[in-house]
Amino acid sequence: MSLTSRLSLLAVLSLGSFAARADINMPVGVTPISRDVYGLHMLIFYICCVIGVAVFGVMFYSMFKHRKSKGAVAADFHESTLVEIVWTAVPLFILIAMAIPAAKTLIAMEDTSDAEVTVKITGYQWKWHYEYLDSGIEFYSNLNAEHNAARQVGSGIDVSQFDNYLKDVDNPLVLPVGKKVRFLHTSADVIHSWWVPDLAVKKDAIPGFINENWALIEEPGTYRGKCTELCGRDHGFMPVVVKALPAEEYDAWVAENTQAEEAMIADSGDGASAAVAAVDDDREWAMDELVAIGEGVYAQQCASCHQADGAGIEGAFPAITGSAIATGDHAAHIDIVYSGKAGSAMAAFADRLSNSDMAAVLTYQRNALGNAVGDTIQPSAIKALR
Amino acid sequence: MSTAAAGHHDHDDHGPAKGWTRWLWTTNHKDIGTLYLLFSLVMFFIGGGMALIIRAELFQPGLQLVDPLFFNSMTTMHALVMIFGVVMPAFVGLANWMIPMMIGGPDMALPRLNNWSFWIMPFAFLLLLSTLFMEGGGPAGGWTLYAPLSLQGGDSFAFVIFSIHFMGISSVMGSINIVATIFNMRAPGMTLMQMPLFVWTWLITAYLLIAVIPVLAGAVTMLLTDRFFGTSFFNAAGGGDPVMYQHIFWFFGHPEVYILILPAFGIISSIIPTFARKPLFGYASMVYATASIAFLSFIVWAHHMFTVGMPLAGEMFFMFATMMISVPTGVKVFNWIATMWRGSMTFETPMLFAIGFLVMFTIGGLSGLMLAITPADIQYHDTYFVVAHFHYVLVPGAIYSIMAATYYWMPKWTGNMYDEKWGKIHFWVSTVFLNVLFFPMHFVGLAGMPRRIPDYNLQFADWNAVATIGAFGFGFSQLIFVYVIYKCIKGGEKATDEVWEGADGLEWTVPSPAPYHTFEKPPAQYS
Ligand code: HEM
Ligand SMILES: [Cu+2]
Ligand SMILES: [Cu+2]
Repeated sequence: MSLTSRLSLLAVLSLGSFAARADINMPVGVTPISRDVYGLHMLIFYICCVIGVAVFGVMFYSMFKHRKSKGAVAADFHESTLVEIVWTAVPLFILIAMAIPAAKTLIAMEDTSDAEVTVKITGYQWKWHYEYLDSGIEFYSNLNAEHNAARQVGSGIDVSQFDNYLKDVDNPLVLPVGKKVRFLHTSADVIHSWWVPDLAVKKDAIPGFINENWALIEEPGTYRGKCTELCGRDHGFMPVVVKALPAEEYDAWVAENTQAEEAMIADSGDGASAAVAAVDDDREWAMDELVAIGEGVYAQQCASCHQADGAGIEGAFPAITGSAIATGDHAAHIDIVYSGKAGSAMAAFADRLSNSDMAAVLTYQRNALGNAVGDTIQPSAIKALR
Repeated sequence: MSTAAAGHHDHDDHGPAKGWTRWLWTTNHKDIGTLYLLFSLVMFFIGGGMALIIRAELFQPGLQLVDPLFFNSMTTMHALVMIFGVVMPAFVGLANWMIPMMIGGPDMALPRLNNWSFWIMPFAFLLLLSTLFMEGGGPAGGWTLYAPLSLQGGDSFAFVIFSIHFMGISSVMGSINIVATIFNMRAPGMTLMQMPLFVWTWLITAYLLIAVIPVLAGAVTMLLTDRFFGTSFFNAAGGGDPVMYQHIFWFFGHPEVYILILPAFGIISSIIPTFARKPLFGYASMVYATASIAFLSFIVWAHHMFTVGMPLAGEMFFMFATMMISVPTGVKVFNWIATMWRGSMTFETPMLFAIGFLVMFTIGGLSGLMLAITPADIQYHDTYFVVAHFHYVLVPGAIYSIMAATYYWMPKWTGNMYDEKWGKIHFWVSTVFLNVLFFPMHFVGLAGMPRRIPDYNLQFADWNAVATIGAFGFGFSQLIFVYVIYKCIKGGEKATDEVWEGADGLEWTVPSPAPYHTFEKPPAQYS
């Protein structure tokens, strides 16, 4: 082997071992598709390396040999149809060779038929909502609260103490291992994109449309991802966490949560057990009771924009503290939360919050965060709007 | 020696006007070229400053400096300024200076239009930049202005749309002027296939601009009416379609990325033969390759949208079409290398920048090829890997070509040689920092870091710190560029008319500095 070819081999090999490191390369992942995608990625990467070595090799050779300072005299050729045909045709064949496996994988990726579990994923500014269409389980998934506090500008909290900083949530999406899971993606506001690298699943969540894709997870574990479509101020702070459980554990989880869900509905009056809810919404609630529930709702639904202390963000999100709406007339306060504000990031919460939760958060806003109006908004007032 | 020089002496009254109003009223292609180039240089530092704010925030995990919303408006503005305020005006400036001289014409075909095309630009950018100081801040939905996110901003959005319209009008007028000049002002006898490649690539670019700027104008006008006049083009709740915006935008956007690179191809095709002292290899195939790139650029737009949920057949089509576009791009690279092959090369600053272009643009082209593989792109999309790709084609691609052109033609513009030592230092320092800045972005992108985020997990910390160091190094080394330009305008060794030993082309037949009017009588070579 000549020195140059040995050197280029060395370059390719060292690139190869370099590329196998997880912190600088695509993960292989845990689904058949993610493995195929990784294979395609490495194949095209090596093809690019070979092209690169050839092209740069010729170029640098020429730059060392054909320089005036070494006495090189310029040749005069400037055309060759044959050469032009060759270097048009050869890349074309390489591309065709590449296109065939790529097309196969693409076809497999788009085949969402025969799924055993279906999860509807809705993007919100800035959290995810998961709904298991088979069992009816549903919940929101927010950025871990400690991370959320640490990531505020000038929080003074050292973020390096957190293991999965910005990659952890309160409620992960729980999925079974070994079953084909179909995801339905949509959004309630702007476009988001749900991405888990280890599953090779990335799809845009678009308001008014439903997209689908799928994954078959082969190993139990926790897989972390992110929203990848710019979706406003807190785009960087809506992680995705998938917890993959072996089939039996998953079934147990489903059973437990289906019961819990029913119990909760019976408890707080939301949807199914309508009779209980009706009674509950009609009674007169105490201020303390509303404020206590409202605090939790505020942290989940409002704090990402209006901030945990109600101060808002100047120029972007109005403060709740001292706000004319939040300390004024009931009707206007209820309306902005119930119907949202068109053309702004303020969403309509009519479908997102139960009557009691909405009343609670409104009452909380009026009597906490530095406000002290001293009155309550009752669930019955919200019920009257429906 | 030159007919133009002789012509000049007959018309003493044709020198530049006195005082600053010279620049306001000028219809001279050289003055207007200078204005465009200086404007672009100023915007380069404004856009660069924004990039440094972004990189400073990304230096470590955690939010230290800016609010996330301001961060988003920095990424948005940085891109708009760099694309519309730096690369495009610089290319138009070079076209103004060089096209008439390269084709042996006395000026641009439509001189008053030319003045207007330029003077719209400063106002457009004042308008755009002023939104940063308005209530609600500047645009923060990304340079692509995707609906519905872009519709969430403050009322300053109207100013953004208005400024984009201004920039578009300026570009279209500039393009019409360039087309008219190339078709009507060529020296008698010069056929199209005798034109220098810079003229060819600009001709094709001008057509691309005329075709796609109106598409952009339509898209942003629909945003405007959705935001302020109650239409729902892109609002699903009103029967509209947010994805349609993306299709329209990228129908403009993909040709736009070629608008940002075709003139660069022309520049590199002028410089490499000069310093290899050998004619360009495969002139005709270069022209055909440029034309096929331009054609293909209209049918690949949805490769920016592989995750929006297109039908399988659509994804297949856009995958194959995108892979095809690397063929003519490859042909160009091979032709440049064949031009260097068995030449007699020297490595003055313009050649260094041209070679820097060749190497690093090819790296960007190869990552483009990777992005074309749809299943893999679904993983790469909207990560730092894409950021690395387009910065490799745009910074050592488009920007380096502009720097190469500046060093190459500056002696002709000013009559003085630039400082070779500082030019070379500029090249080497920039090139080292540039790779420190952009290469690690491939790594963090593949490892899972999305683009357009102000804060990240610790796993990405090391490479982000490296990139930020590269960014500040690259940013500050551009002060050397300003120093060299300033010094060259002020004085220096007198340039000969030919300037470069291996130079070929009509621009090298006129005196240095080029007189205010050149080729008032057409050159004799072609008739
Ligand atoms: C070999 C030729 C090229 C191919 C095959 C190619 C392919 C691609 C693909 C598939 C994407 C979309 C990636 C994604 O968002 O997932 C992309 C993005 C991009 N490319 Fe290229 N590209 C090529 C050359 C160029 C050139 C010459 C330029 C400009 C000078 C360019 C500028 C860009 C830009 C600006 C973006 C990102 C736009 C954005 O999302 O903001 N590319 N390219
Ligand atoms: Cu999002
Ligand atoms: Cu494109």
